[in-house]
Amino acid sequence: MNHERVLMADMETNTAGNIDPSLLNESTGEHTEDICLKVEGLDLYYGDTHALDNINMLIPRQRVTAFIGPSGCGKSTLLRCFNRMNDLVDNVRISGTILLDEMDIYASSVQVAQLRQRIGMVFQKPNPFPKSIYENVAYGLRLQGVKSRRRLDEIVEKALRGAALWDEVKDRLHDNALGMSGGQQQRLVIARAIAVEPEVLLLDEPASALDPISTLKIEELIDELKEKYTIVIVTHNMQQAARVSDYTAFMYMGRLIEHGSTNTMFTNPSEKMTEDYITGRYG
Amino acid sequence: MDNLHIDQHISRRYNEELEDIRNRVLAMGGLVEQQLQDAMEALEKRDGRLAARVIENDYQVNAMEVSIDEECNTVLARRQPAASDLRLIVAVIKTITDLERIGDEAERIARMASRMVGEEHAARLFTQIRNLGHHVRGMVHGALDAFAHLDTEKAVKIWSEDRLVDEEYDSLMRELMTFMMEDPRSIPNILQAMFAARAIERIGDRATNICEYVIYLVRGKDVRHTRVDQQLQE
Repeated sequence: MNHERVLMADMETNTAGNIDPSLLNESTGEHTEDICLKVEGLDLYYGDTHALDNINMLIPRQRVTAFIGPSGCGKSTLLRCFNRMNDLVDNVRISGTILLDEMDIYASSVQVAQLRQRIGMVFQKPNPFPKSIYENVAYGLRLQGVKSRRRLDEIVEKALRGAALWDEVKDRLHDNALGMSGGQQQRLVIARAIAVEPEVLLLDEPASALDPISTLKIEELIDELKEKYTIVIVTHNMQQAARVSDYTAFMYMGRLIEHGSTNTMFTNPSEKMTEDYITGRYG
Repeated sequence: MDNLHIDQHISRRYNEELEDIRNRVLAMGGLVEQQLQDAMEALEKRDGRLAARVIENDYQVNAMEVSIDEECNTVLARRQPAASDLRLIVAVIKTITDLERIGDEAERIARMASRMVGEEHAARLFTQIRNLGHHVRGMVHGALDAFAHLDTEKAVKIWSEDRLVDEEYDSLMRELMTFMMEDPRSIPNILQAMFAARAIERIGDRATNICEYVIYLVRGKDVRHTRVDQQLQE
């Protein structure tokens, strides 16, 4: 507990949570990144629990931003704020703003279904529908009213190629998706998410249920996907954050402690708490 | 680097990072070789301008060491390299340290060369160390070649040449001492020649270090402070 108090004391004086990642970019000090998501003064309560405490951050476009931190630090909660998944939770109170390209996603005019088309999400456990591989990928398109078979074929192939899965499944598109391996299922879910051409992909522990090789394949996929999408990934695997991300945000007890370029965060973080966490001294 | 398969990671970017590091070490090696060659030429011809250029260019070698080191640090922090990848990074970090020192020795030789400019009667001294320099330059080239092709046989061959360089150095020292005894007025110049010879001999040691790193990289065996040739026969 003593340790805990010291950490809390550290946090009281800590102002690093508001670091602007685009300003951290190398020596120029200029805005070199195009900002996709902007979080301003975000607070979130689950009942009496203050789960997110005054979060301010910028998420650059077409970059991979990783959230790391110990269990319960709020990283998944923050991720779920980006496509309003927390709306489904009882007793949740949210204040502050999140802007997607200057659009306040919590504005009353925003339709959640449309928002989730622009901000797709992939979860820890692959959750394909009990349908064929093809139908899984085509699902979102059918919801959008796409009927043309040729157009569906085209988009399904493109999405499966985008998810680095096409070569493995092209001869069995109409097999049930539940017969695929876990790693394949996860890539299928990513294909399903990118079929509707979102701007942002939220990945909540996308590889934690996978074996090391499938994990590396997902990581390689993330590296390819960032050419088109802004990616935010929550991971409790720090090494994964180090491997895949351009920017890393370290959270602790609902606060954003440090946010900066992954190179800097993993070679010379400015906060002692970050250093202690990534070197395995607590967390 | 074919037999290390550094281009076969699932992560394409990791392949690129390792390949880039390796290429930059070779580029640094090329620059150091050039520096050494120019320094030797400046010494032989007592060419002040060439010597000045070597001294001026040393900063480039230093800058390359710093930036390759930084790249290695990033790979260590972000990729957690294992097995042959880890040995590659460790070998690179050590190799560039030795390359940078070879660069320093070349600069030292160039400084001696610039001091000798105009000392026509010193010409005789420097033809004596030309052979030593030529031999050592060949070792540096061979060590870099062994690194580029991960050729342990070549590494052992270059490693074992250092003994010959040491012998040449010893006999050169005896010869220079004889000159001193013959003509004490020549002692200042001969001392310069001795320092230059010493620098060249040290470069040979550095080249053998690089050969040892190549063996470590390829075989995973640390052969420092041992008889490399015997070690590998075992």
